[in-house]
Amino acid sequence: MVNLALAWAEAYQGVRPELNLSVTGGGSGTGIAALINGTVDIANASRRIKPEEVAQAEANGVFPVEFAVARDAIAIVVHTENPVGRLTLDQIADIYAGRIDNWSEVGGEDRPIVRLSRETNSGTHVYFLEEVLRHGDSDDKTRFSPDTLLLPSSEGITREISYNRNAIGYDGLGYVTGEVRVVAVGDDPAGPFTLPSAETVNRHEYLIARDLYMYTAGEPTGESLDYLHWILGPEGQAIVTQLGFVPVTPALTSLPPDEAQG
Amino acid sequence: MRLAEVLITRLIRITGYSAIVFVVLIFIFLFGEGAPTLLEVPPGGLLSSRWYPIEGSFGILPLLTGSLLVTLGAALIAVPLGIATAVFVAEVAPRWAREILKPFIEVLAGLPSVMLGFLGIIILAPGLYAALNLPTGLTAFTGAVLLAWIALPTIVSVAEDALDAVPRTYRDAALALGATRWQTIWRVTLPAARSGVLIGTMLGIGRALGETMAVMMVTGNAPVLAFGLTALFRPVRTMTATIAAEMGEVASGSVHYHTLFFIGIVLFLISLAVNLSAASIVFRQRTRAERVLS
Repeated sequence: MVNLALAWAEAYQGVRPELNLSVTGGGSGTGIAALINGTVDIANASRRIKPEEVAQAEANGVFPVEFAVARDAIAIVVHTENPVGRLTLDQIADIYAGRIDNWSEVGGEDRPIVRLSRETNSGTHVYFLEEVLRHGDSDDKTRFSPDTLLLPSSEGITREISYNRNAIGYDGLGYVTGEVRVVAVGDDPAGPFTLPSAETVNRHEYLIARDLYMYTAGEPTGESLDYLHWILGPEGQAIVTQLGFVPVTPALTSLPPDEAQG
Repeated sequence: MRLAEVLITRLIRITGYSAIVFVVLIFIFLFGEGAPTLLEVPPGGLLSSRWYPIEGSFGILPLLTGSLLVTLGAALIAVPLGIATAVFVAEVAPRWAREILKPFIEVLAGLPSVMLGFLGIIILAPGLYAALNLPTGLTAFTGAVLLAWIALPTIVSVAEDALDAVPRTYRDAALALGATRWQTIWRVTLPAARSGVLIGTMLGIGRALGETMAVMMVTGNAPVLAFGLTALFRPVRTMTATIAAEMGEVASGSVHYHTLFFIGIVLFLISLAVNLSAASIVFRQRTRAERVLS
């Protein structure tokens, strides 16, 4: 979600030029680790903070407060000439777990499947693992097939899929470009299958969607509070739409992470 | 005058010794951060073939074999090519060609590796995918070709300097004895410059082993065991790429953190072994040469 965080910071800098905002990328874990170490005021994360991270933070005297600031859908993408236009969640899980190795098993050409994923430090990776590979079941110990390619950036995934007819990848809807084909996703093999879009995500029809978060150290005050208000207000949420993410309802909804986990 | 001399001698001595001190300090630091993993992860865990640190699988074998495969592949390409280029530049090329080639090679040595990584992603990987009909272009071989490219200028530059330093009289003597140009190069000049050529080779391999960015961009980073020739054309994950990709994320003091430092120790030991073996070969050759002369 670094694109979004940057766009917000840039726009807010225009509103409040006297402030000194800087945004650093590196994955959700990086931001949360920085929050724990007290080096940032706000951590952006595309996943919920983990209980052990909350424990570490509290041991450091930091009490993270969570805000859902946007919604994001994960699109399943393939090469533009790949005839496979729809997949069920089970098929996607089987492909990434290594149980399906050839496109012909899901109605495509007789080609090997090359699985692309983000690095393990990406919130998208963890989200995909938990919600797609394991169907949200915390007892499920399914893992990515070891030969899954772990690429350090969204651009890397798009680049590889743009020329490789064997490849399948997943990425945030906001990162999808015209160089790849988006696959419709369904739960039931009989359908319906849904393509991700702002409308289908908001209507909860698209299945692989999630919230994006900002964490502050303790209840936000002063500048941080103003910034969060602005982000959740019409201007901030307009930027969310511009970047291909889905806006949240404009209300300051905060809840302590440890309760949210349970 | 005397005082200045004493001070300068001291200063040079201190800088010389400080290199040793820094290496020792680095090793102590690496060891302090990396050794705990030996207690936290059972030996069977470290030597397993599964690397999935976010769920406690810390098998470093895929990373070790990945690094070795890519480095070996790079060495196989870069060493013969590098030495041949050095011989051409130093011995065969006419003077004007040499004066153009040498600076170009040195500029090549200064290219940021991330740029080469971009070329790898945009040109090399799609090219290899299409040309060799591979499932994906992001393979160990792609990494090896890029690393060879990165190691090549170092090898050429150092080896060429070594060849250049061989006294003119050696060549004259060989030619006077009726040796052909090729015999002179192969039997006289190259052996005489052997230690320099070897050092260039080792520096080049060291650069390949430690290279991170370009490798991370083109090898696909899949932590699978890399054995044999077929593994060369499949994705691999190297030790350096693993450290670079995961160090930013890791909570300091965790098992994962210690294991990343442990990988650092392994890398350090490998490059130490490469350097020591090079030094011993150079040393052995020198003593033999001294015996012959005495």
